[in-house]
Amino acid sequence: MTPEEQEEFIRRRKARNGVIALGLFGLVVLFYFITIARIGGN
Amino acid sequence: MNTTTATFAPTLPADWRDFLALTKPRVMSLVVFTGLCGLLAAPGHIHPVLGFAAILCIAMGAGGAAVLNQWWEADIDALMKRTANRPLPGGRMRREDARDFGLFLCFTSVIVMGLAVHPLAAGVLALSIVYYSVIYTMWLKPRTPQNIVIGGGAGAFPPLIGWIAVTGHITLMPVLLFAIIFTWTPPHFWALALFVKTDYAKAGIPMMPVVAGERSTRQQILVYAVILLGVALAPWAIGGTGAIYGAAAFVLSAVFLALSARVAFRQSQPGDTMKPEKQLFAFSVLYLFALFAALVVDRMVLA
Repeated sequence: MTPEEQEEFIRRRKARNGVIALGLFGLVVLFYFITIARIGGN
Repeated sequence: MNTTTATFAPTLPADWRDFLALTKPRVMSLVVFTGLCGLLAAPGHIHPVLGFAAILCIAMGAGGAAVLNQWWEADIDALMKRTANRPLPGGRMRREDARDFGLFLCFTSVIVMGLAVHPLAAGVLALSIVYYSVIYTMWLKPRTPQNIVIGGGAGAFPPLIGWIAVTGHITLMPVLLFAIIFTWTPPHFWALALFVKTDYAKAGIPMMPVVAGERSTRQQILVYAVILLGVALAPWAIGGTGAIYGAAAFVLSAVFLALSARVAFRQSQPGDTMKPEKQLFAFSVLYLFALFAALVVDRMVLA
């Protein structure tokens, strides 16, 4: 792997990890509000 | 399906935009819209957070099914100009990554829908995913020119799921919403298939124009447009909607029928630009958006 490819590899991995972290955080927030809504409904 | 192809072996990790592209965001927008309309038109009330969760699950389920569709059809997509640059045939992603991503989206959407919204909505969502990924993609599409007719049911589920999310049961109205999309799908896709016919033939997909010929396809487009006129008016006819929807359904379906008739009574010539077919395809997308928007407006005015 050339240095340019290595750099691109790291950039893509970082970007993908960021998106996954954002997605997981979004799910946590969603589950929190779903729980509040369900408890309120009951 | 080929299991190994040299072009499907990227050295770099896939870009997140490629994962997003796999979910077919443009198709998803129509799915989300019709699902939202089903949810808004249903009698009853749903907590906004649960309503949001329901729409998110519909979007994730549709996205996951689209990913699995592309995972399965990567070798076919590589043969068609329209799809050759998708992430898998373009060699920008490993097939296993696409499969795992698709399965994750599908399972998560069904589980969250079942836990947060309603078990019946989750069951119908699971059915729609299996219908599209397995019955349509793996079974019907490569085998029969009726693939679009039966497979069209997959895209017809979102308003039904949205309705069930609110009411918790299935009545005639959401079944009619299902029937509208089911009837709309063949002329919509056959209009597209008429102007990308050579691509489908090259990939060996038995689309109607490839198997039954152009003339038969054009006639069937007209037949479905006539049926669509009746089906689209049915929610108004049974008293499920008011005059706003009834008038919108009549005008939109009449235009759809007129454009279909123009397609039905012509034959393409060598070097044809296929303008009437392209216009019918473009209008068919607008038709569905406008019809479901009219349904929601009608419901809100009635309320």
